[in-house]
Amino acid sequence: MTTDATEARGATAPGSPTPAPPAGAAPTGTTLPDRTAVAPAHERRRATTTLRGTDVYAMLGSAAASLSLTWLFFTRLAPFSGGLGFVVFAYVLFLALYALLVSFDENGPAVRDRIASAIVHSLAVILLVALAFVVVYTLWSGRKALPHTNFFTQGMKHAGPLDPLTVGGIRHAMIGTLIQIGIALALTVPAGLLCAVFLNEVPGRFSRFVRTVVEAMTALPSVVAGLFIYATVILSLGVPLSGLAAALAISVMMLPIIIRASDVVIRLVPGTLREASYALGSPRWRTVWHVVLPTARSGLTTAVILGTARGVGETSPVLLTAGFTAVTNLDPGNGPMVSLPLATFEFVKSPQPAMIARGFGTAATLLVLVLILFVIARTIGGRGPGELTRRGTHRRVVASRRDQKRFAERAAARASMAYSGPTTHHVQSPDPGPAQGVDGS
Amino acid sequence: MVVDAGAAADRPRRLYADSGLPDRLFRGVATGGGALVLAVMLLVGGFLTYRGWQALREAGWSFVTTAQWDPDARHFGIAAVITGTVLIAGVAIVFAVPLAIGTALYISEYAPFRLRRTLVSTIDLMAAVPSVVYGLWGLFFLQGKVIGLARWLSTYFGWIPLFKVDGADPNDPLATATVYTASTFVAGMVVAMMVTPIICSVIREVFSQAPIGEREGAYALGATRWGMIRSVVLPFGKGGMIGGTMLGLGRALGETIGVYMIISPVFVVQPHILQAGASSVSSLIALRYGEATPFAMSALMAAGLALFLMTLVVNFAASSIVARSRSGATAE
Repeated sequence: MTTDATEARGATAPGSPTPAPPAGAAPTGTTLPDRTAVAPAHERRRATTTLRGTDVYAMLGSAAASLSLTWLFFTRLAPFSGGLGFVVFAYVLFLALYALLVSFDENGPAVRDRIASAIVHSLAVILLVALAFVVVYTLWSGRKALPHTNFFTQGMKHAGPLDPLTVGGIRHAMIGTLIQIGIALALTVPAGLLCAVFLNEVPGRFSRFVRTVVEAMTALPSVVAGLFIYATVILSLGVPLSGLAAALAISVMMLPIIIRASDVVIRLVPGTLREASYALGSPRWRTVWHVVLPTARSGLTTAVILGTARGVGETSPVLLTAGFTAVTNLDPGNGPMVSLPLATFEFVKSPQPAMIARGFGTAATLLVLVLILFVIARTIGGRGPGELTRRGTHRRVVASRRDQKRFAERAAARASMAYSGPTTHHVQSPDPGPAQGVDGS
Repeated sequence: MVVDAGAAADRPRRLYADSGLPDRLFRGVATGGGALVLAVMLLVGGFLTYRGWQALREAGWSFVTTAQWDPDARHFGIAAVITGTVLIAGVAIVFAVPLAIGTALYISEYAPFRLRRTLVSTIDLMAAVPSVVYGLWGLFFLQGKVIGLARWLSTYFGWIPLFKVDGADPNDPLATATVYTASTFVAGMVVAMMVTPIICSVIREVFSQAPIGEREGAYALGATRWGMIRSVVLPFGKGGMIGGTMLGLGRALGETIGVYMIISPVFVVQPHILQAGASSVSSLIALRYGEATPFAMSALMAAGLALFLMTLVVNFAASSIVARSRSGATAE
């Protein structure tokens, strides 16, 4: 019997018993065993999903049972009360019932697997819900202050503690934050990146020591950084409580964070890229400038932005060094200057509802600022060095084609020169030129 | 003889590469940058020690045994604030570690692939949320909600010294609830919210590096998912779990503003974590720096130095544990 015949029969008359082959028919082609008799005609595909109906039923069933049992206990049987108690009691009961239900048709390890899975899922849900709740709570509590335009365009100069939300705002704090973080970035970004480059490009005993010290300084509590600046810059050098002092305190705190993050990013630059650059004859500084830093650019940006997010939100160094004022101060060297976290802190100290609403509004503004910084950091640096976006890949391909064309033109020009020029005795091989192709951007 | 002469002549060549003036300049500038950062860092540590030394010499050993903080009467010590700091960090760690491990396991083992990147970003974002925001949440939301739990714990577990609350009478329905607020417990919960994302991201990083070969080996031997986690992921990530926890502990010890907003400061050794009144080194500094005389400033510096040394030890221990663990190694 041929394969075609079997298939045709299987298609037209599924499930019908196969007639025996005629006795006299000699096999002409390949002889195949008759499969239709062995395999059931309706073989179903195996479900490869890991989620099974029984699991879902067991989970839903035990959830319903635990809820109703807990309700029974709390309202009829036992003198229990309280929302948290209800949840905890119901959860423990749910785990017990779930284990019981699963144990009806699974063995011990499978039961433990299900229980562990339930616990891990609920721990993750608790954490994510709690964290999301903190964010939503802050934004929601800020809703009273945020719709007023004057909240962003006025300082607190003319607003007393009893004034309604239509008077006064946080312009002074927003400007103060921008100035302070600007100064801090102007100090920490060059110093931090230079130090990170040093740690990676000039290896040796000294750089190992610097790395250890930087690692140690990430442990410096932020309030101690503030205390340091307070004792040196303000008490010893006589600089007044000001935005500059606050920016210095933030810098002391941000510097180790930025160095560590950029150190890690620079270390991730593939060694092959560096070696290729050295092999093309470029010196060390050119390699760093044209290969290492461009490759690590997105990661370095992320490191700086994450450091900024930390610096923007720090309250305690600013609390010790910036002083407090209700008016807008544009001069970082003179007079107290408020930032967003400090303003939040000072607002909620007051028992007045309007001040507390202002505090939440300020916190919401700060939170939104951090969120924006973070989203920017993720969009720029969500990928490792060398990984490109589609547009980046396209740009690089275009640049590479341009280079190729340029090299070809140059080679052609040289060849023609060699042909026409009387002094040249040999045709130069096409020179790929200096290491311009390495940069790629 | 001939061999000896040959060996003498065949000395290792001195490797020498002159990379030119620009390169030497570059090395100089980079080294200068490193030295500058080093100088700033050493200045912070050195200045703290130098200024704190005056108070330390004056106080002697009583600095670690005295609970009162009255530097101008020469009667001060960090017994109370260090105890408070450690208790707050301890409460924070007790809440944070199970949550962090559970979430890290969920992200690296259970979560659908499409969700993972989002979840990782969310956790990282939470680590960047300013502590004053967590402090607000703790002050205006959590504080009121925790009273019930605190009362229940102190009523039924009050026989454990840690959960004892002086001045609380569970049989008095009119008793004020303020005795349960502004406590170490609430502050610890707020700090837990701040450190959980940090611990979680370290642990998740290590879990996701667990070698795929060993994972599949466990599955091939018939392990369930939990069996695989217990026999491969958790042993592999043990160093990361301890290290991440200690990193979180270091952060929790130094946390200032969240704690300062919650607690009502006391300067006695306060072992009752549910009772109103707590203390920490960082909130002591934030509270007392303003009106400090030069000597009091020196005493605050000494307290800050003690805190810094504590976080330093914890951080170094953490990084050495992470570095020494198998994490990052792959199976062959």
